[in-house]
Amino acid sequence: MPILFKKSKELENKIDNYLDQVVQGGLLFREGVKYYLSEEFETFEERLNRIDALESDADEGRREIENMLYEHTLLPDARGDVLGIIENTDEVLNVTAETLTQFSVEQPGFPEEYHKRILDLSEVSISSLDQLVAAIRAYFRDVSRVRDDINKALFYEKEADKIADSIKRQIFQSETITDFSRKLHLRDCVTNIENISDTAEVVCDRLSIAAIKRSV
Amino acid sequence: MTWFYLLSGLFLGWSLGANDAANIFGTAVATRMVRFRVAALVATFFVILGAVFSGVGTTETLAELGAVNALGGSFTVALAAGLAVTWMTRLRLPVSTTQAIVGAIIGWNLFTDSPTNLASLTEIFSAWVISPLLAGAFSIALYTIAKHTIFRIKLHLVRQDAYNRLALIVIGAFGAYSLGANNIANVVGAFAPANPFQDIILFQSVTFTGTQQLFLVGALAIGVGVYTYSHRVMETVGNDLFKLTPITALIVVLAESLVLFLFASKGLEQWLLRQGLPTIPLVPISSSQAIIGAVLGLAVAKGARGVRYKVLLRVASGWITAPLIAGIVSFIALFFAQNLFEMQVQEPQSADQTTYYRIEERGWSLSCLSPGRIGSRGRPDCIRRQGPGKYGSADAFTDTSALSDNQYVPKTQTGAGNVKRLHTNCRLITKYSSPFYGKNQETVEVTRSVLSLKLTREVYHD
Repeated sequence: MPILFKKSKELENKIDNYLDQVVQGGLLFREGVKYYLSEEFETFEERLNRIDALESDADEGRREIENMLYEHTLLPDARGDVLGIIENTDEVLNVTAETLTQFSVEQPGFPEEYHKRILDLSEVSISSLDQLVAAIRAYFRDVSRVRDDINKALFYEKEADKIADSIKRQIFQSETITDFSRKLHLRDCVTNIENISDTAEVVCDRLSIAAIKRSV
Repeated sequence: MTWFYLLSGLFLGWSLGANDAANIFGTAVATRMVRFRVAALVATFFVILGAVFSGVGTTETLAELGAVNALGGSFTVALAAGLAVTWMTRLRLPVSTTQAIVGAIIGWNLFTDSPTNLASLTEIFSAWVISPLLAGAFSIALYTIAKHTIFRIKLHLVRQDAYNRLALIVIGAFGAYSLGANNIANVVGAFAPANPFQDIILFQSVTFTGTQQLFLVGALAIGVGVYTYSHRVMETVGNDLFKLTPITALIVVLAESLVLFLFASKGLEQWLLRQGLPTIPLVPISSSQAIIGAVLGLAVAKGARGVRYKVLLRVASGWITAPLIAGIVSFIALFFAQNLFEMQVQEPQSADQTTYYRIEERGWSLSCLSPGRIGSRGRPDCIRRQGPGKYGSADAFTDTSALSDNQYVPKTQTGAGNVKRLHTNCRLITKYSSPFYGKNQETVEVTRSVLSLKLTREVYHD
């Protein structure tokens, strides 16, 4: 029985560490976008490297959690839900890393008048991710709070949709951006930032069902 | 031959272990919260403990209902109960071993023209009705307590899971103990009045009574049932009958265990008697029906809609049909056992065997129980203790056979304690010398005078 408690404590720490990494990924993304738009490319690359490293660490952490859950038959009744939530959250982190990588590889040139809106969009998208992580923490410790946190995450997701929609309209109605392929390229980048909150929304849906199952 | 006769009881024990262990560890094992190896070990160990040390209460009730006094009769009664359960299960009729064994004993009473103790029958029937309702009430209370305590402690899900596993084992152990204590009567209750085992004195001081040996054998059969077949039942029933979260599983198992314990605990009965409170009858009840009551209680507590209350009606129908069918099967089986196989299904009775059985349980010698052996001043010369008594009042007396009236003193002189014992004695006398109890009026009268005399002595010296 002491082994069981030791393993439980270890798993608890691993889940907390994993969620910390997801939050850090969001912060790095926010900074990365900011440095990219202000053309501080060296700092931007440094953030990109960190988010890549973080993402591979998080992947490792996720695998360890999965192994522990199965090897020690921990959380037998909620195992499927926990794995689903952890894996889907990993997907959100992957989208953030991929979006920054896209910026680094494709170097999209946003006109200055778009910078504030792009920063707003990344801010709101990452807020959605932050609220998702808060909801996941609540799922583990205080299931009654999950609903509130999910609602906040979904609110930010809708805000992100609105902002992204408005930016896309602005891009396609713009007279300063004449090249259609550039318009498509910028739209693609905006869509990728927006995707962070969309992927978070998918996890939220899964989480809300898992929370109902957990509430006695 | 004795072991052959015990076979039908052992079959009932095996069947109980195979089926009813799932009521305690089903969810835990099916959801992989507890490994089957651990569950089987804990269940077997605690069933044996419960049966050997606390099984006497419910067994006495069955013996009061009908003292099947020949091994051939016990064998046939237990076999009839087993057959009735198997047959009714195949017909998909609601049935429990508890109800079948009661019907089978009544079948023996009818066949041998022995009286059925109506007071015991009423006690047994009321316990069947009350047990699922009580389990439901416990479930509601436990859920409410859990809601205001456990759910407010913000434990991490993983740690909560670890505590749940531990609690499932601890509560499972309590449940197994209660199951052994309550349901051993179903397994070997029919054999108790014709018990083939003799008392064994261990280490010159500890008495391992014949009844306890009988219970041990029955409990071992339950253990074999747990190890050989219950895993499959747990896997099927654990996930199917009630899909519960680990915490609600804990609540349901605890509610069921509490009910089994309440209807089996002699200690609790004695305590209630000492407090002057009404007692809970010690009656074997169906653990499956208790768990159905607990699950329904939980559903009510959670405000769930769409609960199939018809399940209760189905359970209730079993209270009538199961004893009825088992009674008929028992009657027919006894007829064939006696007339075709020339089995002795009944010992000729000179006095009420049940009364003897009860007096012996209190540690008093029966050798004096005939009017001719009553002493000149109304005190039977031979009243003496036979061994360590289970009852406070009996413990208060030393060997009195060689003493005169004046030397006939209780060991303890603490006034308050004796007054309490007095209350206990009054109740015991009222209970065990009631007209329902004894068949032979003469025996009843002698019993009454023996007990009253002890009571008088206690008053005199207090």
